[in-house]
Amino acid sequence: MPFPILTSLVAVPVAGALLLFFVRDEEQNEGLIRNIALVVSLLVFGETILLWSRFDPGSAEFQFVERYGWIPAFGIDYAIGVDGISLLLVVLTGFLTPIALLSSWESVHKKTRAFCMVMLLLESAMFGVFLSIDLFLFYVFWDAMLIPMYFLIGIWGYDRRIYAAVKFILYTMAGSVLMLLAILGLAVLHNQVGGGYSFDLLALYELEIPAHLQFWFFLAFALAFAVKVPLFPFHTWLPDAHVEAPTAGSIILAGVLLKMGTYGLVRFAFPLFPLAAAYFAPYLALLALIGIIYGALVAMVQPDLKKLVAYSSVSHLGFVVLGIAAMNTQGVQGAVYQMLNHGVSTGGLFLIVGMLSDRRHTRQIADFGGLKAVTPRLVAAFLIVTLSSIGLPGLNGFVGEFLILLGAFAWDPRYAAFATSGVILSAVYMLWMFQRVNYGPVSATNAALADLRPREWVMLVPIIAMVILMGVLPNLFLRPMGPSIERLLEQVRRGAPIEVQAN
Amino acid sequence: MFSAFSAVVPMACVTAAAIAAMTAEAFRSPGEQMPIGPLGYIGLLGAAISTCLLWDRNAVSFGVVVADNFSLFVTGVLIIVGVLSLAFSAPTVEREQLPAGEYYALMLFSLAGMILMAMASDLLVIFLALEVLSLGVYVLTGIRRDSPAATEAAFKYFLLGAFSSAFFLYGIAFTYGMTGSTRLDRIGSLMAAQSMAPTPMQLLAVGLLLVGFAFKVSAVPFHMWTPDAYEGAPPAVTGFMSTGVKAAAFAAFVRVFLSAFEPLQSDWSPVLWAVAAATMIVGTVVGVVQSSVKRMLAYSSIAHGGYLLVALVSANDVGKGAILFYLLTYAVTNLGAFGVIGLLETGDRPNDQVRDYAGLWNDHPRLAIAMTLFLLSLGGFPPLGGFIAKWYVFTAAMQAGYTWLAIIGVLTSVVSVFFYLRIIVMMYMTPSMSPLQLPPVPKAAAIGLVASVALVVYLGILPSRVLDWAVASIGTIF
Repeated sequence: MPFPILTSLVAVPVAGALLLFFVRDEEQNEGLIRNIALVVSLLVFGETILLWSRFDPGSAEFQFVERYGWIPAFGIDYAIGVDGISLLLVVLTGFLTPIALLSSWESVHKKTRAFCMVMLLLESAMFGVFLSIDLFLFYVFWDAMLIPMYFLIGIWGYDRRIYAAVKFILYTMAGSVLMLLAILGLAVLHNQVGGGYSFDLLALYELEIPAHLQFWFFLAFALAFAVKVPLFPFHTWLPDAHVEAPTAGSIILAGVLLKMGTYGLVRFAFPLFPLAAAYFAPYLALLALIGIIYGALVAMVQPDLKKLVAYSSVSHLGFVVLGIAAMNTQGVQGAVYQMLNHGVSTGGLFLIVGMLSDRRHTRQIADFGGLKAVTPRLVAAFLIVTLSSIGLPGLNGFVGEFLILLGAFAWDPRYAAFATSGVILSAVYMLWMFQRVNYGPVSATNAALADLRPREWVMLVPIIAMVILMGVLPNLFLRPMGPSIERLLEQVRRGAPIEVQAN
Repeated sequence: MFSAFSAVVPMACVTAAAIAAMTAEAFRSPGEQMPIGPLGYIGLLGAAISTCLLWDRNAVSFGVVVADNFSLFVTGVLIIVGVLSLAFSAPTVEREQLPAGEYYALMLFSLAGMILMAMASDLLVIFLALEVLSLGVYVLTGIRRDSPAATEAAFKYFLLGAFSSAFFLYGIAFTYGMTGSTRLDRIGSLMAAQSMAPTPMQLLAVGLLLVGFAFKVSAVPFHMWTPDAYEGAPPAVTGFMSTGVKAAAFAAFVRVFLSAFEPLQSDWSPVLWAVAAATMIVGTVVGVVQSSVKRMLAYSSIAHGGYLLVALVSANDVGKGAILFYLLTYAVTNLGAFGVIGLLETGDRPNDQVRDYAGLWNDHPRLAIAMTLFLLSLGGFPPLGGFIAKWYVFTAAMQAGYTWLAIIGVLTSVVSVFFYLRIIVMMYMTPSMSPLQLPPVPKAAAIGLVASVALVVYLGILPSRVLDWAVASIGTIF
């Protein structure tokens, strides 16, 4: 039997968390605890890289599949596998977790052991979400992931953390419970047509679902994912959660958690219910457009750095949904690429905002100014990440947005036209924020701020390297996605021939 | 020849332990310490062994006590309820100087009644069992005689319980009047043979029995006694009655409605549909505004009764299996939660308000973590048992086409998460004003807690075996 690499991705963080459970004397062994967590997460990152290197980019199928009966009476399997769409999201998760852990090195001193355990459990659940190819298993991970995130915001967050944590968990749950019923409905349907209960994604792809059921099921799935993305008007939990979460939480939240929504659309909602997807795609795109422009406008007037980045996420994720709704090669490729971009650049932005707020104990833009003269290296990194978020050619953001716009244009030029205004707006709010924080006169409090420390270099260098690498060598990342995306489009076209051709 | 009595053996073991407890109390010299509680474990061990031996044997005794796999599964749940209740009772009994002999004897007698109720296949025996279990629980509720709240709770419970018994008896009487029998199989075959629409008398009989059961499983609108009784009783007793009574009552409920009254299903299922929906909604919505943890869990227990009713309304094989699995999961989880509540009680204060939980994670991290797991399981979070149980119930509802009931179910479970989270917020995210000074956790209670946690996690991660047992159990009676 080959080494079960995917199971180990899920299991190693849990094992690390259990290991931490046995470390005695939390106060004295803080360093040890942090190091164990970091080593475990780096090990897992190494595994994700190994996974990528052994992944066959020419194949559209799920690879490294492991399948064991879990609840055989209902056809529920422990089934995990990776394809081109999930591969890089898995790598992204592995990439961001050590950075998030490092980011808390100085800001978190309360209950460090529990903090590290929560982070590792969160990582494991995130892998589970991206790897599951059984809908029941997917839902288990999807819901289980809420608990560590809830504790992360609620215990280590800022002032209004309890409100934010409860809002986060209730919003997300309320969105996703109906998806559970839709999943059950699918399994029951599979049973009724004579196949027995099944939650297997591949089996359900083949299921002929009557049109009226497709609509309801699609709505249930789309609601769960729209809350997670978050798509306008379901986005109100996001600014609260982001602002109140500790830096590590924001990085993971923006970097990985939001992608679960868009990933869910690509992996489940569209291919499972192609007819309904074709029907609802314009509405999704419309909400995405509203999100792009609304998010950008609201970001522009935020006085708080974290809130600004949070609303910029609403805007950026709008692009991703637009790309998915277009359901053509460029659109979906761009969407998946943009998911990675957003993870890297917004993760980076939150990291930098965290550094600033650790130093200055405020996140108000008005309190900063003139940092360029005080902390030139930090500002240089800040600039690169800001430009990547804006989508400057040569950096990662450009590739994703460009592909999405191409895809949207091929689908319906009007969408592309409106979305382009989002690109311009993002330049406005990001550069304006950058200017207010980094240029202008230096106040006395700001003049004493320290520049990057070695630990911070270690976090920022990989992010900047990725920003540039993904900007200049997009094919490295696009190549493994290609076949899987083609298969997905094929699947959708087969289910909804007329509508898609009309597009 | 002993095989004629084999079906009553589990119940007899528990009864024997109860008598032993009573005798021990009577004959001990004043001040002498006696391990009265552990006598109960011996009886329960005997019951557990006999339950295992009876599995798949379909033993029948006296024609009215049936040890089929269905009743044996429920008996198993009840034995677990008994063991955990004994474990969590010990600290309370000691601290409050409760009369140990009476306390344990009553608990074991009413457990014997519960087992009989699960096994009874005759309406009169069900009634008998119902009275046996209720009498014990009434007294246990008020066992803290000097507490006005306990007395009020016991009195309320007793009055309303007596009231519901009257309904139940009327139901039996009408049923007997129509069919000339109180045996469930006879009633079922007579009803099935009847070709015309049900007579008003039949509907009346079904309705009265429904009310009787609804009282016992605290379904809305017959739930009024629940919060008061749960709040007034010692936590270990609350845990015992919220799980044991529910398990026994649901076992009989299922047996009566899904076998004897099955032919009238189209008549009673709309009523039960409405009751289930109302139970889920009232249980969760009213639970949100409670400030006492015990009352909160009382409403949560009402809501969980609603989920069980959903499975009952669905009336398919999935639903029947779901009831069994749900009863087990709920029993373990809820007992664990009440176990923690009991351990937080101190001599001078019950510490059962939500704000008393502030900072528990700092002061008593293990209790807080155990409580968290129980609450998350009650809220239906994976990977804990409560999630699988709810999923099973909703599968049954979807299968039966009760989509709206399932939708109400999932939405109310989101609302319920809100109040479970309130306790978690208190424990983890709110600093305590004055740390609770608790005595060390007694060994039996600690083992009980660890066992409950282990079971809750086990049922969530590897539910397959227990699910198979549940499925196998329902095959024997339907």
